[in-house]
Amino acid sequence: MHFTRRNALATGACALMLAGLPMRLSAAVEEKIAAFTGGAAVGEGDIRLTAPEIAENGNTVPIEVASDTAVSIMVLAMGNPTPGVAEFNFGALAGSRYASTRIRLAGTQDVVAIARLEDGSFVQASSTVKVTIGGCGG
Amino acid sequence: MAENVRPRVRVPKTAAAGEVVTIKTLISHNMESGQRKDGDGNSIPRSIINRFTCDFNGQNVIDVKMEPAISTNPYFEFEALVPEAGEFTFTWYDDDGSVYEDTQPITLA
Repeated sequence: MHFTRRNALATGACALMLAGLPMRLSAAVEEKIAAFTGGAAVGEGDIRLTAPEIAENGNTVPIEVASDTAVSIMVLAMGNPTPGVAEFNFGALAGSRYASTRIRLAGTQDVVAIARLEDGSFVQASSTVKVTIGGCGG
Repeated sequence: MAENVRPRVRVPKTAAAGEVVTIKTLISHNMESGQRKDGDGNSIPRSIINRFTCDFNGQNVIDVKMEPAISTNPYFEFEALVPEAGEFTFTWYDDDGSVYEDTQPITLA
């Protein structure tokens, strides 16, 4: 196919985006995680995070968190001006360790859910959400 | 007190003893994140609901700590265990000190 200007622009933009993906955790995020886990190691396991692959509107992105034995689940948006999103604490009469809500995402980023399980261990799951229109008032 | 804040909850009217029911809650609230700027370029201060709890007959079902990243008109869906007939109490705590409450009874099927 012809390598049109449109194609060149698209490839260029994609390359830039890939290059710009921040791989390091920012200090704010690390602090929040440390406060929640008390510095304990976070592994993988009993935590499921459901988020759309592409969010049309960053102002309202539906997400779900679910677990079998979590006591508390913290959700972070790694690319928002402030990373904290919510912390779900399940009480004695919680029917299941499941919660669903809608959140704001400033742009394409990773959403991370960290759960504190009944046995005191921590597990996490993350999901990358592409956002077409940012949702933090920008 | 934030204006026009109205809670809306959906709880089944009846349940069998020991059944798990799905509860959906919505409250109309701007959830001003503190990130927006007004026409003059000044930041609009943060003003959000920072906590939501659901209790049943005095026992806690869920306690959610909320931050500005929760969307306007916060929506939560979760599940509760219903051991007996009683009343669900939903409470939202606003940054400005206001507390919004709603209750829903549930009877045994």
